[in-house]
Amino acid sequence: MRTHDAVIIGGGPAGLAAAVQLKKNGIDDILIIEREKHLGGILRQCIHDGFGLTRFGVTLSGPEYSQRFIDMANELGVSTVTNATVIDLNGDRVITAATQQGLLQVQGKAVILTMGCRERTRGALAIPGTRPAGVFNAGVTQSYVNLYNTMVGKEVLIMGSGDIGLIMARRLTLEGAKVKGVFEIMPYPSGLPRNIEQCLNDYDIPLYLSHSVVEIKGQERIEGVRVVQVDESFRPIEGTEKYFSCDTLVLSVGLIPENELSLAAGVELDWRTNGAVVDEFYQSNVPGIFAAGNVLHVHDLVDFVSKEAEAMAEGVAEYLKNGALPECGLEIKAGNDIGHLIPQRVSGKRDFKLSLRVRKPWGKCCLEVRQGETVLKSLKLAKAIPAEMIELVIPAEKMNSVEDLEVRVYEI
Amino acid sequence: MKTDFDVIIIGGGVVGSAVARELSRYKLGIAVLEKELDVVNGTSGHNTGLLHSGALYEKNSLKMICSMEGNADFDRVAEELDVPFKRCGKLVVGFGDEERERLEKLYQKGLDNGVPGLRMIDHAELKSIEPSADGDFALVVPTAGILCPFTYTIALAENAAMNGAKYFFDHAATGIDRTGDHYTVHTAKGDFTGRWVINCAGLFAYQVSKWLGFGAYEPARVKGEYIILDKRVGKHLIRPVYPTPNIYGDFDVHVTPTIDGNVLVGPTIENIGDKIDYSATQDMIDVLARDGLKMFDYVKREHYIRNYAGVFPTVKNEKGEVEPDFCIQTREDIPNAVNLVGINSPGLTSSLPIARRVVEKIKAQEKLIPNESFDPVRRGIERFAEKSKAEQAELIASDADYGEIFCRCECVTKAEIKKAAHNILGVSTVTGIKYRTRATMGRCQGGYCQTRIAALLQQELGQKKNEIRLKTTGGYMFTGDVK
Repeated sequence: MRTHDAVIIGGGPAGLAAAVQLKKNGIDDILIIEREKHLGGILRQCIHDGFGLTRFGVTLSGPEYSQRFIDMANELGVSTVTNATVIDLNGDRVITAATQQGLLQVQGKAVILTMGCRERTRGALAIPGTRPAGVFNAGVTQSYVNLYNTMVGKEVLIMGSGDIGLIMARRLTLEGAKVKGVFEIMPYPSGLPRNIEQCLNDYDIPLYLSHSVVEIKGQERIEGVRVVQVDESFRPIEGTEKYFSCDTLVLSVGLIPENELSLAAGVELDWRTNGAVVDEFYQSNVPGIFAAGNVLHVHDLVDFVSKEAEAMAEGVAEYLKNGALPECGLEIKAGNDIGHLIPQRVSGKRDFKLSLRVRKPWGKCCLEVRQGETVLKSLKLAKAIPAEMIELVIPAEKMNSVEDLEVRVYEI
Repeated sequence: MKTDFDVIIIGGGVVGSAVARELSRYKLGIAVLEKELDVVNGTSGHNTGLLHSGALYEKNSLKMICSMEGNADFDRVAEELDVPFKRCGKLVVGFGDEERERLEKLYQKGLDNGVPGLRMIDHAELKSIEPSADGDFALVVPTAGILCPFTYTIALAENAAMNGAKYFFDHAATGIDRTGDHYTVHTAKGDFTGRWVINCAGLFAYQVSKWLGFGAYEPARVKGEYIILDKRVGKHLIRPVYPTPNIYGDFDVHVTPTIDGNVLVGPTIENIGDKIDYSATQDMIDVLARDGLKMFDYVKREHYIRNYAGVFPTVKNEKGEVEPDFCIQTREDIPNAVNLVGINSPGLTSSLPIARRVVEKIKAQEKLIPNESFDPVRRGIERFAEKSKAEQAELIASDADYGEIFCRCECVTKAEIKKAAHNILGVSTVTGIKYRTRATMGRCQGGYCQTRIAALLQQELGQKKNEIRLKTTGGYMFTGDVK
């Protein structure tokens, strides 16, 4: 069987950044396995701009952003195989991929999971109603419009205010559709403020907060939806029900890291992130299997995906050079108001980067990381919202390697 | 008069297709008029996929006789038609004395019907054979099984078509006239003449029955809602688990593993009279969540992948009573017509036995000449996901398209989708591809593969973007190109 130092599953932004960074660390024998014809992952269909402000200091389209990494990977001579879908991964880090030339079996000394995520669907939410044509997920709509030159409808409603839904509200408007509104069950938008501004407000598309779609109507093609306003406990408020006609409903109701392969390999998942439980080196519970990017936890900006993958590559390089990584026996506990955090385990001996999301919007607040009585880090914020991931570096100097850590947020 | 066809079958669901298949054993011109764009768009595609044992039904009723016959026969049928089937048995669990009494009655009824292998077990044995189930005691029904209602119905239809039956989709019958020695069945797309008419119209059988002059049945339809759970939790359920029948003799919400490894929660039971309503409702979703959890620990929202409803074609007879049994009727004053009404559960299990009885009714009237080229064997599309790695490598070597994964959740390849697109029935909808391959049936519900399927339908079948249909004639997927 072919072996490589590192095999990367998925040639999207995380996989590409990991490959480039490994090369820069002197790890030469790496292979990216990509199921599409081209590298770039989901960015291929993200033709809007706004990518790269953090990572490159300029605003780029999705394809431009990924091309920068593809060019770097090519210059560094990263091996890639495209049109190859990984169908199995086991705990011995043996990968099986289906290709038109046959089954490809390779073993990685390290295996890097960068498969990204999938969209939450209508079925997962059990939205009542009929099952007509014309109900699409936002990412699927984006793929039809931007990659397949296919228009999905003329009179559009959007359920959920996730970023892709907001982007598609604008995109479909530009292509001549009437986007009649976006319904969000939470009292605040789940997408980024800049997308609310640039994709909805600039096009006079109304955003209905605390509104839930309670029924999909239409026998063959969707004809409309029943919408109701909800209270703080998401219970329908009587007398607020409205009917909106449409021929298309676009769902932007969340992303779920795609971890079927990880599970097959015995990787433990975190119920909060739906991604692997990892240590400060982004290594999972299965030695030699690492994860970064949206397969680990859903990011709002691709720049952070790239940076996370680069940080992971440092850990992978160290693992390959030393044959093992320091033990990470300390758990980082998330307080009630923390949505999720990465990593979940640390050694207590080194600086590490903590990524997290708050569970609900906060005004002036303080994020605090403690170990027993010791405050390792506290960060004052003017505001914190679930839509924006927060990153902070935790210094090793005050850490001990015995006690678990705890993260909390409180009002100031 | 020379008619277009010898036999016109109205309705191409599992019963109509079984009738077409059994009749194709003889030299007959057979037309199947189906109002939908596929054979599984009505009741045949919206049920639990259970192979019933026959324990539930009145002794010597057609339901008992046909389901037991269908059950006993199914290993052979599954082999012949190359459809997946598992004789996993079924459990009916109960708690307390009152339920024990009711379950004992069911047990006795099953014994009396002659259902083989029935036995009562205690809590400990229940736990040892089905760890996720709970109960003080349980009835084991070892002959029950699970099958795929989609591929089974499609296989019957394909085998009928292979042997000469002609399917006409989007052909709803709108009326029937009898002139001289033949029938004329009207559709919006033209008239069909035939010597025989077989009413297999399922939810609309009451209407066809009236046209033919049989009893004036009225629809008293029953709706059932279901939730489908992710395959991740399917491994925790080995066989269907039902609660003890309620005081009305109905089964409340139960859990059934599907042949492909998901779990079905349901159905609920709701009388909807003359309506046809496939919508899911919040009330019933809540009932399924609450009652399903009593049967199976994993009935939790994070495992939901889809929900759906089915409608049973129950009817009331002229006395206004719900017709309890299958009706397989002929009448001297209505020559050359077989009327099938009230074919609800266990219709899937009973489809071939019902079809054989239809053939007997025809044989009683005329001599049928065997079709010497009849082939009972139909081969399905080879499924990449179900093969060993060595077999997968062979498949790719034989056809490179087996190396291109279209549907990641169900691991369906381009080769399978292409074969499905070129199916012998000429079904060309996105949902038709789904029923034939499982593409889009997984946890991402087509998020990855639907775009590819739409592109393939354009390439392989020359469909234009605005011609691609999800499931029905009016169910267009796209308006066309981006401007």
